[in-house]
Amino acid sequence: MDLQIALLLGQDGITNGAIYALLSLALVLVFAVTRVIFIPQGEFVAYGALTLASFQAGKLPGTLWLLIGVGIAVAVVDLVVAIRSRQRRRIPRIIGWNLVYPALAAALIFALTPAELPLLAQVVLSLILVVPLGPMTYRLAFQPLAEASVLVLLIVAVGVHFAMVGLGLLFFGAEGSRTPAFSDGSLSLGSLTVNAQTLWVLGSSLSLIVVLAFFFERTIYGKALRATAMNRTGARLMGISTVMAGKLSFLLASLIGAFSGILIAPITTVYYDTGFLIGLKGFVGAIVGALSSYPLAALGALLVGLLEAFSSFWASAFKEVIVFTLIIPVLVWLSLTTHHVEEEE
Amino acid sequence: MMEGQCPVLEVDDLCVSYGKVEALHHVGIRVGEGQIVTVIGPNGAGKTTMLSAVMGVLPRSRGVVRFRGEELGDAEVEDMVSLGVNLVPESRALFGEMSVEDNLLLGCFHRYRGGDRDQLHTMEEVFAIFPRLKERRDQHAGTLSGGERQMLALARALMAKPRLLMLDEPSLGLAPLIVKEIFRVVATLKDRGVAILLVEQNARAALQIADYGYVLETGEVALEGSCRDLIDDPKVIQSYLGLGGRH
Repeated sequence: MDLQIALLLGQDGITNGAIYALLSLALVLVFAVTRVIFIPQGEFVAYGALTLASFQAGKLPGTLWLLIGVGIAVAVVDLVVAIRSRQRRRIPRIIGWNLVYPALAAALIFALTPAELPLLAQVVLSLILVVPLGPMTYRLAFQPLAEASVLVLLIVAVGVHFAMVGLGLLFFGAEGSRTPAFSDGSLSLGSLTVNAQTLWVLGSSLSLIVVLAFFFERTIYGKALRATAMNRTGARLMGISTVMAGKLSFLLASLIGAFSGILIAPITTVYYDTGFLIGLKGFVGAIVGALSSYPLAALGALLVGLLEAFSSFWASAFKEVIVFTLIIPVLVWLSLTTHHVEEEE
Repeated sequence: MMEGQCPVLEVDDLCVSYGKVEALHHVGIRVGEGQIVTVIGPNGAGKTTMLSAVMGVLPRSRGVVRFRGEELGDAEVEDMVSLGVNLVPESRALFGEMSVEDNLLLGCFHRYRGGDRDQLHTMEEVFAIFPRLKERRDQHAGTLSGGERQMLALARALMAKPRLLMLDEPSLGLAPLIVKEIFRVVATLKDRGVAILLVEQNARAALQIADYGYVLETGEVALEGSCRDLIDDPKVIQSYLGLGGRH
């Protein structure tokens, strides 16, 4: 291996690592707030990428129908609860978010011709369709189980993952898609050529991380999410509802997932089931951060990206094996150094 | 009890069960406007259970809870907070890895959601009551001493501008001097129009600042009366005040 190749692999590794870092942050967030190990994270990656690809191919993405369908389901469940508990003042909100919003999104897409719009508008449209699926998933699958054990929540997460992969196959077919790069061209730094998409990925991931840090450190909603993660009872006693915190963390996770998918779509061909593997690599990063430390999770994810890039050069057949084996020494280390904390009741 | 005015909190016939075991039997309690009411009793009498059931943390198997005359069905914790009821639990439930200031800020969370943006003003008011917290505003809550933690828990609850404040064992684990300080503050809250339901094992301290008291034993109200009467009651003296009696 010469320097040229090493730099190329390093660039690859950091690019993918940045995506894994975003996903690992979302996984840590969701776990800290809701105790859900968010297996379907990767499906939001695939949905984001494939929705954008559908728009660009002039097709109507199936995620629109999914949004409408899931919206109706959430509306029915929430309306029944609201009427039973005589909380009629909640009804306009329920109808607004779950029925009117998807209808408006559909109207917008039918009124515009997404294939002819600039890339940025297509990206926004894709996010409009995919991101609300996060909190809706929380409402349907996890909110009724808020008091369940981590294991039960994990099993439900696996169920949601399978359902979303199946729906992905139904909506987008077995064919993979790749979207064009955000911009062409490349940048030469000595013997290293950095292509534009790499810079897009790094720039966008870093900006998103900065925005998230600002949200958690400076805004009252961000602090409320951290408070829920630290002490759920204490947070509830302040009026920070567990449901609100859960929906907000799922919203951020689906935003991060869909956005990562859009970033990665020009780099790799995304299939309906590609997300799972990408999400799992984010998960390895999150494990390095012991599912609780954001900086460690991001560093771990970066390490996963680099490890993957270099092992694809030396032992490409064992690429995935090497990456996932990383989890074992980390778990051994964690179990030796941390004290077991009894699960909160 | 005040006439012609509905009490802030009215609990009737409250029963709470853990599984098949009933921990609270037909408890009735009233807290009037601007009153400090205390519930004393030994460990395991059901004092914390009662507060949890009123707050909506625990489900009630029977009974009615009314807040300012309005019956609360199966109101959840968050609903209680938005009505103006705050509970400072025995564990204090602070956000240990956050600064004192952020803990206080989150005390305003439901008011912020409701569009109220005067949290900085409220924080100054709270700092005036607890100057010590102002000195420690940038420190993590987890690094505070026991007394400071109790102050922070109390201050955080005050940030919500409650109409009814429920305190679970505020003196627990604190040095006598700090207890005195905390109780002095609790006594002044009354003048700010906050009704207080104070659950205590430290009966002497509680009876000295409260207007009315209940003695809870094995999940039942064994005795009730104005604190002036309770403090002279031979049974209370013997069981809860020790030989010293009144002093």
